[in-house]
Amino acid sequence: MHAIEKILAKKAGVERVRAGEIVNCSIDFVEINDLYLQTIYSFWEMGGKKVYDKDKIAFVFDHYSPAPTIKTAQIHKEMRAFAKEQGLTHHFDINKGVCHQVMPEAGLIYPGMIIVATDSHTTTHGAFGAFGTGVGATDMASILIRGKLWFRVPEIIKIEINGIPSENVYAKDVILYILGRVKADGAVYKAIEFCGDYVENLGVSERMTICNMAVEMGAKTAYMVPNQAVIDYINARTDKDYEILETDADYIYDEHLVFNVDGLRPQLAAPHSVDNNISVQEGFGVKIDQAYIGSCTGGRVEDIEAAWKVLKDKKVHPDVRLVIIPASDEVQLSIIEKGYMRDLINAGATFNAPRCGPCLGTHAGLIADDEVCITSTNRNFPGRMGSNKASIYLASPMTVATSALYGYITEPK
Amino acid sequence: MKNIITGRAFVYGNNIDTDQIYPGRYLELVDPNEIKAHCLEGVDESFSKEVGFNDIVVAGTNFGCGSSREHAAIALISSDVGVVLADSFARIFFRNATNLALPLMICKGISKKVNAGDILEVHLKEGLIINKTTGEEVKGENISDFIFNILEQGGIKKLFK
Repeated sequence: MHAIEKILAKKAGVERVRAGEIVNCSIDFVEINDLYLQTIYSFWEMGGKKVYDKDKIAFVFDHYSPAPTIKTAQIHKEMRAFAKEQGLTHHFDINKGVCHQVMPEAGLIYPGMIIVATDSHTTTHGAFGAFGTGVGATDMASILIRGKLWFRVPEIIKIEINGIPSENVYAKDVILYILGRVKADGAVYKAIEFCGDYVENLGVSERMTICNMAVEMGAKTAYMVPNQAVIDYINARTDKDYEILETDADYIYDEHLVFNVDGLRPQLAAPHSVDNNISVQEGFGVKIDQAYIGSCTGGRVEDIEAAWKVLKDKKVHPDVRLVIIPASDEVQLSIIEKGYMRDLINAGATFNAPRCGPCLGTHAGLIADDEVCITSTNRNFPGRMGSNKASIYLASPMTVATSALYGYITEPK
Repeated sequence: MKNIITGRAFVYGNNIDTDQIYPGRYLELVDPNEIKAHCLEGVDESFSKEVGFNDIVVAGTNFGCGSSREHAAIALISSDVGVVLADSFARIFFRNATNLALPLMICKGISKKVNAGDILEVHLKEGLIINKTTGEEVKGENISDFIFNILEQGGIKKLFK
């Protein structure tokens, strides 16, 4: 069996599972973000009274944090009241940050667990050797009541990444390049394991970026064998006993794709699809109105550090708005301590409090008709960050910062 | 849940994502009657005004990709869409729609075989689509008894109790 199958088998209480089979698994942790008040309504409608385990459920207010409208303030109010009434142990209010960042930071994510959240980017937690997947409000309500969810055991695609890319190329560039080849529907209903020497040498932040975008290929979940950097990160945050499950040598993958990233140069996803991959060189010269660094894909300390390297002692182009949103309070404190925040503000950046921000077009830096935004986030769908008539380019934080400096899409030097 | 659904086709392309089905700026809404006013607004601003009871959304591959927002399924259901036909569906959307009793049928190449405004007769259990406008019959994947049971019960909420 594959490590992913072993996780599902263990949580379903069976010896073996195989692809295509439906299994009913107990869930180790669930997270509900503030787009999903419907979860609570569905919980009541489905006869819920008490949640299955108050230690295993958390709300994270990140998509609408702090509340930009009266309606969203009401959403927070009702969710907060539910959390209190149910006595939930963990709660992440508007002062914390993006769910996929704050949960690992809080020591809630560890190898071999199943984490289900009302967010498609829950695949991020594959970076920690966990089985993470997203669901909607009704599925989530059923977990809140019973602590279980059915899964179809997925076929697994092995994506092996080898080689050493050019300087100034990050995991974001690599995953955009791979997305351009596997395409947005290349892994629908399947799982993806990322491996290869490139992956083995990545730190926690970049591993999270790659697993985060697995869902953009349609994947149900992502998986990486935890490396020492991951183990150190987890051990510093949790004293939970966990087990790293290993894939059997005779496991047969659905597909095995090998990518050599030797000499790869910085990449983009051009409008309006995540798999519309071109190099930054090919996109060179496109005039931009806004640049955004943030989100569960590209808002960590390493991401903001990359921007800082480009912009310290320089000025953002006068025609560009550079919006930076740290993914969490921990990230924000760290960039304050390191002096990045001060230097970036001096360079002309606008900072917002930790949250998802304009990534999903709710608030904190939306874009107007015919504007162009380059962003370290994960989706460039039409209308994703504001107007349907705007254009979005996805890139690494360093490419975003470099483009903000020059006023048009530019490869980092 | 009726096994045969007859309605007008609204035809779209590949990778119709959840932001096109239900733009993020309206996610604060929770009332289905308000939600339906923005259904498919990201790809077709006139959809919400033109759609009628049991009308049929037809699309290419990976319909519903992107976010896990259940609003996407709620928007289509509260617009009285009878069934969605597509080459393939994204996983979370498939679960959300089924949980809320919106029928989805996988039918390879359907978006190329149907024109906007064609009248379609869809037989869910049999996986059969009859284009009443052109007379063409197209075979899709039949909806399994397991899924049909969920649809027939009006979604999993009732089954859950």
